[in-house]
Amino acid sequence: MSLLKELARAPLSAKFGILVIVVYILVALFAPALAPYGETEVVGEGFAPWSGQFLLGTDNLGRDMFSRLVYGARNTLGIAFLTTVLAFLLGGFCGLIAAIKGGGVDQGLSRVVDILMAIPQLIFALLILSVVGTTATSLVLVIALLDATRVFRLSRAVAMNVVVQDFVEAARLRGEGLWWLVTREVLPNAAAPLIAEFGLRFCFVFLFISALSFLGLGIQPPTADWGGMVRDNAVLITFGDISPLLPALAVALITVSVNFVVDWMLHKSSGLKEC
Amino acid sequence: MNSIFKLLLQRLALGLLSLFAVSVIIFLAVGMLPGDIAQAMLGQSATAETVAAFRAQLGLDVPPLTRFVQWIWQLLQGDLGVSLANQRPIAELIGTRLGNTLSLAALAALVSVPLALVLGMLAALYRNSWFDRLLNTSALSAVSFPEFFVAYLLILLFSVKLGWFPSISNLAPDASFGTVLERSVLPVATLSLVVIAQMMRMTRASLINLLASPYIEMARLKGISQSRIIFRHALPNALAPIVNVVALNLAYLVVGVVVVEVVFVYPGLGQLLVDSVAKRDIPVVQACSLIFAATYILLNTTADVLSIASNPRLMHPKG
Repeated sequence: MSLLKELARAPLSAKFGILVIVVYILVALFAPALAPYGETEVVGEGFAPWSGQFLLGTDNLGRDMFSRLVYGARNTLGIAFLTTVLAFLLGGFCGLIAAIKGGGVDQGLSRVVDILMAIPQLIFALLILSVVGTTATSLVLVIALLDATRVFRLSRAVAMNVVVQDFVEAARLRGEGLWWLVTREVLPNAAAPLIAEFGLRFCFVFLFISALSFLGLGIQPPTADWGGMVRDNAVLITFGDISPLLPALAVALITVSVNFVVDWMLHKSSGLKEC
Repeated sequence: MNSIFKLLLQRLALGLLSLFAVSVIIFLAVGMLPGDIAQAMLGQSATAETVAAFRAQLGLDVPPLTRFVQWIWQLLQGDLGVSLANQRPIAELIGTRLGNTLSLAALAALVSVPLALVLGMLAALYRNSWFDRLLNTSALSAVSFPEFFVAYLLILLFSVKLGWFPSISNLAPDASFGTVLERSVLPVATLSLVVIAQMMRMTRASLINLLASPYIEMARLKGISQSRIIFRHALPNALAPIVNVVALNLAYLVVGVVVVEVVFVYPGLGQLLVDSVAKRDIPVVQACSLIFAATYILLNTTADVLSIASNPRLMHPKG
């Protein structure tokens, strides 16, 4: 009930964001039911205009744009979500361990992260993908690893403030193990900033995967993916047709929405009124 | 003065160290593939001789350490190796493209930095007004838009609907300066839009942070005008974070160039990199990555150095 009250008092931008996120999740979950045609099914001529039969026309190979847009929600969101979760498990866990253990473990992990962060992420990803090849698995693993460095920084910094407090000291004196310290003492007190960070990271990963797919190096065809769809149909833009921009708009809409929600959450958890 | 030199030297050493580490990583990336890279790249049908020849061409038959020393030594002499795809020297492939990319990034920086700083200051000055809210919301949206979306929107608007600028920025080697400038307008606008939003938000935030401090309160109580407070009292102290933000965004610009170049078919280093990744032309990917990474590290180190140098507390240590 309090959650609903909280929602009712949220600013308009946050409400809008939550609405969009819910719609996207529903579309991703029920994609086969919503899409009139199959994901890779060729249903007509290439570049057909908008009509009753093909709601948003067809793409360069004659596949239904609307169906691919719907399936794209499932593929792109799914892969981005999976990547972000992996990055958080890896980076968050290492960050907490580094903060709790300190000393050599902390130094070692931090220096590795420093070096990984010294290389621009896109360049690093391109370098690795050129070696291991562009499959969905390598895409997820590479981006998760690169993003884990950012998560590591944050979770370490947040946990550093928690581990110096008395209740952690007390738990240590009780002789609790590492697992207890991480899950029962530090994590609950570091959760709020980490959740907000999850939203921001998700946006970042999402944009990153879309950009890679747009460059032809991300999710590979024939899987429907918003970045790749823009690339495939970009020719149409020079004729003044806006349908190739719809997938890009879909990407933009979800990232803006997540940002709005995160902005609101940060504002609330900081307890500050902006001066 | 002594301590600040030590700090600066530390930063520079750190920059050099990360440059070295990066070159090691870029070098090792080739060896990361499980199994034999020559076999993997040529496919299962390759005969033993072709694989051996390919290995020799990649230099895989020599021990890694020797190979690394050789690679670095050749790099330092400006020899970047030979492309696998077309056997041309990489230095030749990169030459003009590097210039194109740098001029694109430089133009974008020239447009975006002054604009972002002015907008950020105005937003801080008139904070919570409708102007500030408008700027903030549009900045938040611009940050969340994928670059290719912004790029195609601009193309749709300015080249298809209005017909002001060409939608493709391919440059002939002998193009006149005017043509180059005209064709660079849309790519520069795309890049600028993305970084302006970031820089503006951070300028605003660091100024507003400062405006809450007691000495500003004092100045206000003395009855000094709002603009004088901003320019005379707040800005000198906000310089360090702002300089830092600018340098970081320039570093971002260098990387952001990749997507924009592909959209506009701009003959730059980013496009070469993307093409080479698709072709798995690893020596070219290595060379391009190294150039991008080196520029990025250089700018990041500059950001650190400048923020130390512009910090009054570090420049004039007590005692």
